[in-house]
Amino acid sequence: MKTRYKRNLYALSEDEQKKLSEKRVCIVGCGGLGGYLLEYLLRIGIGHITVIDGDCFEESNLNRQLLSDENSIRSSKAHTAKKHAYTVNSEVTVHAIDSFLTENNSEELLKGHDLVLDAVDSLAARRLMGRQCAKLGIPLVYGAIQGWYAQISLIMPGSGMLDLLCGQHTEPSDKSALSFTPAVCASFQAAEAVKYLCGRECVLDGQILYVDLIHMETELICIQT
Amino acid sequence: MIEVRLFATLREGRGKVFFLEGDEYSCGTDILKEFQIPEEEVSIFLINGFHSKPQDPVKDGDVLAIFPPVGGG
Repeated sequence: MKTRYKRNLYALSEDEQKKLSEKRVCIVGCGGLGGYLLEYLLRIGIGHITVIDGDCFEESNLNRQLLSDENSIRSSKAHTAKKHAYTVNSEVTVHAIDSFLTENNSEELLKGHDLVLDAVDSLAARRLMGRQCAKLGIPLVYGAIQGWYAQISLIMPGSGMLDLLCGQHTEPSDKSALSFTPAVCASFQAAEAVKYLCGRECVLDGQILYVDLIHMETELICIQT
Repeated sequence: MIEVRLFATLREGRGKVFFLEGDEYSCGTDILKEFQIPEEEVSIFLINGFHSKPQDPVKDGDVLAIFPPVGGG
């Protein structure tokens, strides 16, 4: 095992570490959740990462988006992510897509990945991503934040769980997000992703983890349909 | 009693857990009205852990969990 992964050992077996190096993971969105997710996947040693985001950084991102800083305002989020990734772990192949996920490009961009990580910032984008993942048979690690709250789940193709989470609701008017909320949400998402990729049992398959950082509460909700 | 558990932003200005007289409410919509929660602000509505609709009947002893949509990332 490479020295850089020495501290992964015991928590992960050598076989699991090797397995991670062979996996292809797509992070849709390079904002609040996406920045942390990329960091976690790079450092744990996922072999191939695709990052998708057609947006550029702006000043209002600075309060929570790890990839943004005062010098990156107006820079492409996807290209900034790739540049950062190379400085953290140059052994990881990072494919940057400077485009939003659309009806026209989603199949092409998502196919071939072992897992998709949800880091988008709207219900509409989630619905599109969820539909495409279901069609392609790719599991999706859902994560969503608002203010002090986060929700995480592992959505297996055909489970219908994303429809339940996103439904036909209008976008919430409250777009607030604090610096630590995406970090907490992304940490749970990354942990679930790593377990899935290693072939371990995933607690959030069919369940939603709800996190309330105001009351310091977590709640695991089993959805029975 | 009917136990009503609110989550995330639905707690703001309302609280977390409430116990209501079971015979005063016939369906989930009545409960939402009691808390002045518009139906479009509800994403997940669980009755005793089962995915349900606000229109579904409720009875004494039920536990309701109500979640708003969360959209950010």
